[in-house]
Amino acid sequence: MKKTGALIIGGSAGSLDVLLKVLPQINRHLDFPIIIVIHRKQGTDSLLTDLLTHRTNLKVKEADEKEAIRDGYIYIAPSDYHLLVEKNFTFSLDYSEKVNYSRPSIDVTFQSASDVYGPRVVCLLLSGSNADGVNGLIFAKRNGGITLAQDPSSAQVAYMPEQAILKANVSEVLKIEEMANYINSLSTNN
Amino acid sequence: MPQNGNITDEHVEILVNDVLEQHGYDFTGYSRASLKRRLARLYTLDKHVSFAEFRYKTLNDNVYFKHFVEGVTVNVTEMFRDPAFYRLLRTKILPSLNTYPFIRIWLAGCSTGEEAYSIAIILKELNLLHKSLIYATDINPTVLEKAASGMFPLSQMKSYSENYIASGGEKEFSSYYTANYSLAKFDTALKAKMIFSTHNLVSDRSFNEFQLILCRNVLIYFDRSLQFSVLQLFDQSLESLGYLALGTKETIDFSPISPVYERVGTDKIWRKKSI
Repeated sequence: MKKTGALIIGGSAGSLDVLLKVLPQINRHLDFPIIIVIHRKQGTDSLLTDLLTHRTNLKVKEADEKEAIRDGYIYIAPSDYHLLVEKNFTFSLDYSEKVNYSRPSIDVTFQSASDVYGPRVVCLLLSGSNADGVNGLIFAKRNGGITLAQDPSSAQVAYMPEQAILKANVSEVLKIEEMANYINSLSTNN
Repeated sequence: MPQNGNITDEHVEILVNDVLEQHGYDFTGYSRASLKRRLARLYTLDKHVSFAEFRYKTLNDNVYFKHFVEGVTVNVTEMFRDPAFYRLLRTKILPSLNTYPFIRIWLAGCSTGEEAYSIAIILKELNLLHKSLIYATDINPTVLEKAASGMFPLSQMKSYSENYIASGGEKEFSSYYTANYSLAKFDTALKAKMIFSTHNLVSDRSFNEFQLILCRNVLIYFDRSLQFSVLQLFDQSLESLGYLALGTKETIDFSPISPVYERVGTDKIWRKKSI
Protein backbone atom coordinates (compact mmCIF):
# COMPACT_ATOMS: atom_id res chain seq x y z
CA MET A 1 0.00 0.00 0.00
CA LYS A 2 1.34 3.39 -0.99
CA LYS A 3 1.91 5.75 1.88
CA THR A 4 1.46 8.97 -0.02
CA GLY A 5 -1.14 10.04 -2.59
CA ALA A 6 0.41 13.36 -3.50
CA LEU A 7 2.74 16.00 -2.16
CA ILE A 8 1.57 19.55 -2.71
CA ILE A 9 4.12 22.33 -2.25
CA GLY A 10 2.96 25.93 -1.99
CA GLY A 11 5.04 29.05 -1.74
CA SER A 12 5.40 32.67 -2.61
CA ALA A 13 8.25 35.16 -2.23
CA GLY A 14 11.47 33.31 -1.43
CA SER A 15 10.15 29.84 -2.23
CA LEU A 16 11.86 29.30 -5.56
CA ASP A 17 15.30 29.16 -3.93
CA VAL A 18 14.05 26.45 -1.61
CA LEU A 19 12.80 24.36 -4.54
CA LEU A 20 16.10 24.81 -6.36
CA LYS A 21 17.94 23.46 -3.33
CA VAL A 22 15.56 20.61 -2.50
CA LEU A 23 14.47 19.20 -5.87
CA PRO A 24 17.95 18.00 -6.97
CA GLN A 25 18.02 15.65 -3.99
CA ILE A 26 14.63 14.08 -4.62
CA ASN A 27 14.66 10.38 -5.43
CA ARG A 28 13.73 9.87 -9.07
CA HIS A 29 11.52 6.86 -8.33
CA LEU A 30 8.93 8.53 -6.14
CA ASP A 31 5.66 6.62 -6.08
CA PHE A 32 3.57 9.78 -5.83
CA PRO A 33 3.31 13.06 -7.77
CA ILE A 34 4.58 16.43 -6.58
CA ILE A 35 2.31 19.37 -7.36
CA ILE A 36 3.83 22.84 -7.03
CA VAL A 37 1.81 26.04 -6.63
CA ILE A 38 4.00 29.13 -6.67
CA HIS A 39 2.76 32.71 -6.82
CA ARG A 40 4.40 34.52 -9.69
CA LYS A 41 3.94 36.95 -12.52
CA GLN A 42 1.78 36.02 -15.48
CA GLY A 43 3.47 34.71 -18.58
CA THR A 44 6.54 33.23 -16.89
CA ASP A 45 5.32 29.65 -17.08
CA SER A 46 7.80 28.04 -19.43
CA LEU A 47 10.63 29.82 -17.65
CA LEU A 48 9.80 28.21 -14.33
CA THR A 49 9.32 24.76 -15.87
CA ASP A 50 12.70 25.04 -17.65
CA LEU A 51 14.37 26.25 -14.52
CA LEU A 52 13.15 23.32 -12.45
CA THR A 53 13.69 20.73 -15.20
CA HIS A 54 17.41 21.35 -15.04
CA ARG A 55 17.50 20.72 -11.31
CA THR A 56 15.89 17.31 -11.08
CA ASN A 57 15.78 13.85 -12.64
CA LEU A 58 12.03 13.78 -12.30
CA LYS A 59 9.87 14.84 -15.20
CA VAL A 60 8.70 18.44 -14.74
CA LYS A 61 5.70 19.80 -16.58
CA GLU A 62 2.99 22.40 -16.34
CA ALA A 63 -0.32 20.82 -15.32
CA ASP A 64 -2.71 20.58 -18.27
CA GLU A 65 -6.44 20.56 -17.75
CA LYS A 66 -7.94 17.02 -17.68
CA GLU A 67 -4.45 15.55 -17.67
CA ALA A 68 -4.05 12.26 -15.77
CA ILE A 69 -1.77 12.75 -12.76
CA ARG A 70 1.20 10.40 -12.80
CA ASP A 71 3.48 9.22 -10.01
CA GLY A 72 7.04 10.47 -10.13
CA TYR A 73 6.12 13.62 -12.02
CA ILE A 74 6.48 17.19 -10.83
CA TYR A 75 3.54 19.34 -11.94
CA ILE A 76 3.49 23.12 -11.83
CA ALA A 77 0.26 25.09 -11.55
CA PRO A 78 0.03 27.42 -14.57
CA SER A 79 0.04 31.12 -13.80
CA ASP A 80 -3.32 32.89 -13.60
CA TYR A 81 -5.43 29.72 -13.14
CA HIS A 82 -6.42 27.86 -10.00
CA LEU A 83 -5.36 24.23 -10.11
CA LEU A 84 -7.82 21.59 -8.87
CA VAL A 85 -7.69 17.81 -8.56
CA GLU A 86 -10.61 15.67 -9.69
CA LYS A 87 -11.74 12.42 -8.06
CA ASN A 88 -10.45 10.46 -11.06
CA PHE A 89 -6.95 11.86 -10.46
CA THR A 90 -6.92 14.34 -13.29
CA PHE A 91 -6.34 18.08 -13.13
CA SER A 92 -8.90 20.82 -13.67
CA LEU A 93 -8.15 24.48 -14.20
CA ASP A 94 -10.37 27.25 -12.95
CA TYR A 95 -10.29 30.93 -13.85
CA SER A 96 -12.54 32.10 -11.03
CA GLU A 97 -11.95 34.99 -8.62
CA LYS A 98 -8.56 35.32 -7.00
CA VAL A 99 -8.28 33.87 -3.50
CA ASN A 100 -6.04 35.77 -1.07
CA TYR A 101 -5.27 38.08 -4.00
CA SER A 102 -3.73 35.06 -5.70
CA ARG A 103 -4.37 32.92 -8.76
CA PRO A 104 -3.20 30.21 -8.58
CA SER A 105 -4.13 30.10 -4.93
CA ILE A 106 -2.34 27.63 -2.68
CA ASP A 107 -5.46 27.29 -0.50
CA VAL A 108 -7.48 26.13 -3.49
CA THR A 109 -5.06 23.38 -4.50
CA PHE A 110 -4.40 22.24 -0.92
CA GLN A 111 -8.15 21.90 -0.31
CA SER A 112 -8.93 20.27 -3.59
CA ALA A 113 -6.08 17.75 -3.31
CA SER A 114 -7.03 17.02 0.28
CA ASP A 115 -10.60 16.42 -0.83
CA VAL A 116 -9.37 13.72 -3.21
CA TYR A 117 -6.38 12.17 -1.41
CA GLY A 118 -7.71 12.57 2.16
CA PRO A 119 -5.25 11.22 4.73
CA ARG A 120 -2.72 10.42 2.01
CA VAL A 121 -2.09 14.05 1.10
CA VAL A 122 1.02 15.89 2.26
CA CYS A 123 0.98 19.70 2.07
CA LEU A 124 4.13 21.75 2.50
CA LEU A 125 4.04 25.53 2.81
CA LEU A 126 7.24 27.44 2.08
CA SER A 127 8.49 31.01 2.34
CA GLY A 128 6.10 33.83 1.43
CA SER A 129 4.67 37.17 2.39
CA ASN A 130 0.94 36.40 2.68
CA ALA A 131 -1.15 33.73 4.33
CA ASP A 132 -2.40 31.90 1.23
CA GLY A 133 -2.18 28.19 1.99
CA VAL A 134 -2.90 28.40 5.70
CA ASN A 135 -6.63 27.63 5.37
CA GLY A 136 -5.73 24.81 3.02
CA LEU A 137 -3.41 23.34 5.65
CA ILE A 138 -6.16 23.52 8.27
CA PHE A 139 -8.51 21.73 5.87
CA ALA A 140 -5.93 19.08 4.95
CA LYS A 141 -5.11 18.36 8.57
CA ARG A 142 -8.77 18.03 9.47
CA ASN A 143 -9.05 15.43 6.69
CA GLY A 144 -6.18 13.47 8.21
CA GLY A 145 -3.42 14.68 5.89
CA ILE A 146 0.14 15.57 6.85
CA THR A 147 0.87 19.30 6.98
CA LEU A 148 4.34 20.81 6.91
CA ALA A 149 5.82 24.28 7.07
CA GLN A 150 9.26 25.56 6.28
CA ASP A 151 11.15 26.61 9.40
CA PRO A 152 10.52 30.37 9.40
CA SER A 153 14.07 31.05 10.59
CA SER A 154 15.32 29.52 7.31
CA ALA A 155 12.78 31.37 5.14
CA GLN A 156 13.62 34.45 3.09
CA VAL A 157 10.16 35.73 3.97
CA ALA A 158 8.97 34.19 7.21
CA TYR A 159 5.35 35.39 7.29
CA MET A 160 3.72 32.53 5.38
CA PRO A 161 5.25 29.62 7.33
CA GLU A 162 4.84 31.60 10.57
CA GLN A 163 1.12 31.91 9.92
CA ALA A 164 0.99 28.19 9.14
CA ILE A 165 2.59 27.32 12.46
CA LEU A 166 0.49 29.84 14.35
CA LYS A 167 -2.90 28.96 12.88
CA ALA A 168 -2.75 25.52 11.27
CA ASN A 169 -1.04 23.44 13.95
CA VAL A 170 1.18 21.81 11.31
CA SER A 171 2.40 18.25 11.73
CA GLU A 172 6.07 19.22 11.36
CA VAL A 173 8.36 22.17 10.77
CA LEU A 174 11.24 21.47 8.41
CA LYS A 175 14.52 23.19 7.74
CA ILE A 176 15.51 23.40 4.07
CA GLU A 177 18.22 20.75 4.48
CA GLU A 178 15.72 18.34 6.05
CA MET A 179 13.14 18.56 3.28
CA ALA A 180 14.62 16.23 0.67
CA ASN A 181 15.07 13.38 3.12
CA TYR A 182 11.58 13.88 4.44
CA ILE A 183 10.07 13.88 0.96
CA ASN A 184 12.03 10.79 -0.11
CA SER A 185 10.84 8.96 2.97
CA LEU A 186 7.22 9.52 1.93
CA SER A 187 7.75 7.09 -0.91
CA THR A 188 7.26 3.36 -0.33
CA ASN A 189 9.98 2.39 -2.79
CA ASN A 190 12.40 4.73 -1.09
CA MET B 1 -12.85 29.07 7.05
CA PRO B 2 -12.01 26.41 4.47
CA GLN B 3 -14.49 26.65 1.64
CA ASN B 4 -15.20 23.05 0.71
CA GLY B 5 -16.12 22.00 4.23
CA ASN B 6 -19.87 22.53 4.06
CA ILE B 7 -20.72 20.89 0.73
CA THR B 8 -20.15 17.18 0.22
CA ASP B 9 -19.89 15.21 -3.00
CA GLU B 10 -23.40 13.88 -2.38
CA HIS B 11 -24.73 17.42 -2.03
CA VAL B 12 -23.22 18.31 -5.39
CA GLU B 13 -24.97 15.39 -7.09
CA ILE B 14 -28.29 16.19 -5.41
CA LEU B 15 -28.15 19.80 -6.61
CA VAL B 16 -27.07 18.83 -10.13
CA ASN B 17 -30.01 16.48 -10.27
CA ASP B 18 -32.52 18.97 -8.79
CA VAL B 19 -31.46 21.74 -11.11
CA LEU B 20 -31.79 19.52 -14.16
CA GLU B 21 -35.23 18.21 -13.21
CA GLN B 22 -36.70 21.41 -11.85
CA HIS B 23 -35.09 24.06 -14.02
CA GLY B 24 -33.79 22.20 -17.07
CA TYR B 25 -30.20 23.36 -16.58
CA ASP B 26 -27.81 20.49 -17.18
CA PHE B 27 -24.63 20.66 -15.12
CA THR B 28 -23.97 16.91 -15.26
CA GLY B 29 -21.00 17.37 -17.60
CA TYR B 30 -19.31 20.00 -15.45
CA SER B 31 -15.97 19.20 -13.82
CA ARG B 32 -16.82 18.29 -10.26
CA ALA B 33 -13.87 19.82 -8.40
CA SER B 34 -14.63 23.28 -9.70
CA LEU B 35 -18.41 22.88 -9.40
CA LYS B 36 -18.06 21.79 -5.78
CA ARG B 37 -15.94 24.84 -5.03
CA ARG B 38 -18.49 27.14 -6.64
CA LEU B 39 -21.35 25.59 -4.69
CA ALA B 40 -19.42 25.77 -1.41
CA ARG B 41 -18.59 29.40 -2.15
CA LEU B 42 -22.22 30.22 -2.89
CA TYR B 43 -23.35 28.43 0.23
CA THR B 44 -20.97 30.50 2.34
CA LEU B 45 -21.62 33.82 0.58
CA ASP B 46 -25.38 33.42 0.91
CA LYS B 47 -25.02 32.43 4.57
CA HIS B 48 -27.19 29.35 4.36
CA VAL B 49 -27.59 27.63 7.69
CA SER B 50 -28.15 24.17 6.28
CA PHE B 51 -27.89 22.26 3.05
CA ALA B 52 -31.64 21.64 3.23
CA GLU B 53 -32.26 25.38 3.07
CA PHE B 54 -29.80 25.85 0.19
CA ARG B 55 -31.50 23.02 -1.68
CA TYR B 56 -35.02 24.28 -0.98
CA LYS B 57 -34.30 27.80 -2.21
CA THR B 58 -32.52 26.53 -5.29
CA LEU B 59 -35.46 24.28 -6.12
CA ASN B 60 -38.36 26.58 -5.36
CA ASP B 61 -37.27 30.19 -5.54
CA ASN B 62 -36.88 31.29 -9.15
CA VAL B 63 -35.29 34.58 -8.22
CA TYR B 64 -32.76 32.74 -6.10
CA PHE B 65 -32.15 30.27 -8.91
CA LYS B 66 -31.09 33.09 -11.23
CA HIS B 67 -28.57 34.10 -8.62
CA PHE B 68 -27.56 30.43 -8.27
CA VAL B 69 -26.72 30.15 -11.98
CA GLU B 70 -24.71 33.35 -11.82
CA GLY B 71 -22.85 32.08 -8.76
CA VAL B 72 -22.13 28.62 -10.07
CA THR B 73 -20.81 29.75 -13.44
CA VAL B 74 -17.54 31.68 -13.44
CA ASN B 75 -17.93 35.23 -14.71
CA VAL B 76 -14.43 36.55 -14.30
CA THR B 77 -13.36 38.35 -17.46
CA GLU B 78 -11.57 41.48 -18.62
CA MET B 79 -11.05 43.57 -21.73
CA PHE B 80 -8.17 42.57 -24.00
CA ARG B 81 -7.26 39.78 -21.63
CA ASP B 82 -4.14 37.97 -22.93
CA PRO B 83 -2.97 40.87 -25.12
CA ALA B 84 -0.92 38.54 -27.35
CA PHE B 85 -4.15 36.81 -28.35
CA TYR B 86 -5.81 40.10 -29.32
CA ARG B 87 -2.70 41.11 -31.23
CA LEU B 88 -3.11 37.99 -33.37
CA LEU B 89 -6.79 38.80 -33.92
CA ARG B 90 -5.83 42.33 -34.96
CA THR B 91 -2.89 41.53 -37.20
CA LYS B 92 -3.94 38.27 -38.81
CA ILE B 93 -7.31 36.72 -38.09
CA LEU B 94 -9.75 39.62 -38.46
CA PRO B 95 -8.00 41.20 -41.49
CA SER B 96 -8.27 37.85 -43.29
CA LEU B 97 -12.06 38.05 -42.91
CA ASN B 98 -12.16 41.24 -44.93
CA THR B 99 -12.88 39.27 -48.10
CA TYR B 100 -16.32 38.36 -46.77
CA PRO B 101 -19.17 40.76 -47.58
CA PHE B 102 -20.54 40.16 -44.10
CA ILE B 103 -18.68 38.92 -41.01
CA ARG B 104 -20.42 36.83 -38.39
CA ILE B 105 -18.66 36.21 -35.07
CA TRP B 106 -19.93 34.05 -32.22
CA LEU B 107 -18.64 34.79 -28.77
CA ALA B 108 -19.78 31.81 -26.71
CA GLY B 109 -19.74 32.30 -22.95
CA CYS B 110 -19.45 36.07 -23.25
CA SER B 111 -20.17 36.69 -19.57
CA THR B 112 -20.42 40.43 -18.81
CA GLY B 113 -19.33 41.42 -22.31
CA GLU B 114 -15.76 42.70 -21.91
CA GLU B 115 -14.50 40.47 -24.73
CA ALA B 116 -17.31 41.52 -27.06
CA TYR B 117 -16.41 45.19 -26.66
CA SER B 118 -12.72 44.40 -27.11
CA ILE B 119 -13.41 42.66 -30.41
CA ALA B 120 -15.72 45.43 -31.56
CA ILE B 121 -13.00 48.00 -30.89
CA ILE B 122 -10.52 46.09 -33.03
CA LEU B 123 -13.10 45.63 -35.80
CA LYS B 124 -13.76 49.35 -35.73
CA GLU B 125 -10.07 50.18 -36.00
CA LEU B 126 -9.72 47.74 -38.91
CA ASN B 127 -12.69 49.42 -40.55
CA LEU B 128 -14.66 46.15 -40.48
CA LEU B 129 -17.22 46.89 -37.81
CA HIS B 130 -19.84 48.25 -40.21
CA LYS B 131 -20.14 44.85 -41.90
CA SER B 132 -19.73 42.69 -38.81
CA LEU B 133 -22.12 41.20 -36.31
CA ILE B 134 -21.04 39.79 -32.96
CA TYR B 135 -23.39 37.19 -31.49
CA ALA B 136 -22.55 37.23 -27.79
CA THR B 137 -24.16 34.38 -25.85
CA ASP B 138 -24.11 33.08 -22.32
CA ILE B 139 -26.04 30.55 -20.23
CA ASN B 140 -26.73 33.25 -17.69
CA PRO B 141 -29.32 35.99 -18.40
CA THR B 142 -28.09 38.23 -15.58
CA VAL B 143 -24.62 38.71 -17.04
CA LEU B 144 -26.13 39.38 -20.47
CA GLU B 145 -28.07 42.31 -19.01
CA LYS B 146 -24.81 43.73 -17.73
CA ALA B 147 -23.12 43.09 -21.07
CA ALA B 148 -25.87 44.86 -22.95
CA SER B 149 -25.55 47.94 -20.73
CA GLY B 150 -22.06 48.53 -22.10
CA MET B 151 -20.89 49.90 -18.78
CA PHE B 152 -17.86 48.67 -16.91
CA PRO B 153 -16.19 49.85 -13.70
CA LEU B 154 -14.13 52.96 -14.29
CA SER B 155 -11.58 51.58 -11.84
CA GLN B 156 -10.67 48.89 -14.40
CA MET B 157 -9.91 51.28 -17.24
CA LYS B 158 -6.27 51.79 -16.41
CA SER B 159 -5.53 48.09 -16.61
CA TYR B 160 -7.74 47.62 -19.70
CA SER B 161 -5.97 50.51 -21.38
CA GLU B 162 -2.62 48.82 -20.70
CA ASN B 163 -3.95 45.57 -22.14
CA TYR B 164 -5.25 47.46 -25.18
CA ILE B 165 -1.88 49.04 -25.85
CA ALA B 166 -0.06 45.74 -25.28
CA SER B 167 -2.39 44.12 -27.83
CA GLY B 168 -1.37 46.64 -30.50
CA GLY B 169 -4.00 49.35 -29.98
CA GLU B 170 -2.76 52.77 -30.94
CA LYS B 171 -5.69 55.06 -30.20
CA GLU B 172 -6.47 56.81 -26.97
CA PHE B 173 -8.38 54.05 -25.14
CA SER B 174 -10.44 56.62 -23.26
CA SER B 175 -11.89 57.83 -26.57
CA TYR B 176 -14.11 54.72 -26.53
CA TYR B 177 -15.99 55.55 -23.36
CA THR B 178 -17.37 58.37 -21.30
CA ALA B 179 -16.98 58.39 -17.55
CA ASN B 180 -20.26 58.28 -15.71
CA TYR B 181 -19.69 58.38 -11.94
CA SER B 182 -17.92 55.08 -11.18
CA LEU B 183 -18.73 53.57 -14.57
CA ALA B 184 -17.25 53.81 -18.04
CA LYS B 185 -20.00 53.85 -20.65
CA PHE B 186 -18.79 52.53 -23.97
CA ASP B 187 -19.56 54.06 -27.36
CA THR B 188 -23.01 52.86 -28.45
CA ALA B 189 -21.71 52.40 -32.01
CA LEU B 190 -19.86 49.34 -30.68
CA LYS B 191 -22.98 47.85 -29.12
CA ALA B 192 -24.97 48.43 -32.28
CA LYS B 193 -23.09 45.52 -33.84
CA MET B 194 -23.73 43.06 -31.03
CA ILE B 195 -26.60 40.69 -30.41
CA PHE B 196 -26.90 39.36 -26.88
CA SER B 197 -28.78 36.16 -26.30
CA THR B 198 -28.93 33.27 -23.86
CA HIS B 199 -27.50 30.06 -25.23
CA ASN B 200 -26.66 26.95 -23.26
CA LEU B 201 -23.71 25.12 -24.80
CA VAL B 202 -24.85 21.92 -23.13
CA SER B 203 -28.37 21.75 -24.47
CA ASP B 204 -28.88 24.32 -27.23
CA ARG B 205 -28.09 23.76 -30.86
CA SER B 206 -26.19 25.52 -33.57
CA PHE B 207 -28.09 28.66 -34.62
CA ASN B 208 -26.03 30.12 -37.46
CA GLU B 209 -22.82 29.79 -39.46
CA PHE B 210 -19.85 31.90 -38.46
CA GLN B 211 -16.43 32.83 -39.74
CA LEU B 212 -15.04 33.14 -36.25
CA ILE B 213 -16.08 31.48 -32.99
CA LEU B 214 -14.47 32.48 -29.72
CA CYS B 215 -15.00 30.48 -26.55
CA ARG B 216 -12.30 31.21 -24.05
CA ASN B 217 -12.01 29.69 -20.60
CA VAL B 218 -15.38 27.98 -20.76
CA LEU B 219 -14.36 24.45 -21.78
CA ILE B 220 -12.07 24.14 -18.74
CA TYR B 221 -15.20 23.77 -16.61
CA PHE B 222 -16.50 20.84 -18.64
CA ASP B 223 -15.52 17.19 -18.54
CA ARG B 224 -13.94 15.59 -21.60
CA SER B 225 -17.11 14.23 -23.16
CA LEU B 226 -18.97 17.53 -22.79
CA GLN B 227 -15.93 19.34 -24.20
CA PHE B 228 -16.07 17.08 -27.24
CA SER B 229 -19.76 17.63 -27.84
CA VAL B 230 -19.36 21.41 -27.52
CA LEU B 231 -16.46 21.33 -29.96
CA GLN B 232 -18.70 19.43 -32.37
CA LEU B 233 -21.36 22.10 -31.93
CA PHE B 234 -18.74 24.72 -32.83
CA ASP B 235 -17.65 22.67 -35.82
CA GLN B 236 -21.25 22.55 -37.06
CA SER B 237 -21.48 26.31 -36.62
CA LEU B 238 -18.24 27.22 -38.37
CA GLU B 239 -17.90 27.84 -42.09
CA SER B 240 -15.16 26.17 -44.02
CA LEU B 241 -11.93 28.18 -43.48
CA GLY B 242 -13.42 29.76 -40.38
CA TYR B 243 -11.52 30.18 -37.15
CA LEU B 244 -12.05 28.74 -33.68
CA ALA B 245 -10.37 30.51 -30.73
CA LEU B 246 -10.07 28.94 -27.28
CA GLY B 247 -8.52 29.97 -23.96
CA THR B 248 -4.79 29.86 -23.25
CA LYS B 249 -5.00 26.45 -21.57
CA GLU B 250 -7.61 24.86 -23.82
CA THR B 251 -7.12 22.71 -26.90
CA ILE B 252 -8.96 20.77 -29.61
CA ASP B 253 -6.16 18.17 -29.67
CA PHE B 254 -7.41 14.60 -29.10
CA SER B 255 -10.98 15.70 -29.88
CA PRO B 256 -13.03 14.28 -32.76
CA ILE B 257 -12.89 17.56 -34.70
CA SER B 258 -9.10 17.97 -34.61
CA PRO B 259 -8.41 16.21 -37.97
CA VAL B 260 -10.25 18.92 -39.90
CA TYR B 261 -8.50 21.82 -38.19
CA GLU B 262 -5.11 23.45 -38.50
CA ARG B 263 -3.47 25.38 -35.71
CA VAL B 264 -2.64 29.01 -36.51
CA GLY B 265 0.90 29.54 -35.23
CA THR B 266 1.48 28.78 -31.58
CA ASP B 267 -1.67 30.43 -30.29
CA LYS B 268 -4.93 28.77 -29.34
CA ILE B 269 -6.59 29.49 -32.66
CA TRP B 270 -7.47 26.82 -35.21
CA ARG B 271 -8.64 27.18 -38.78
CA LYS B 272 -11.14 24.81 -40.30
CA LYS B 273 -9.77 23.18 -43.44
CA SER B 274 -11.69 23.58 -46.67
CA ILE B 275 -13.69 20.51 -47.50
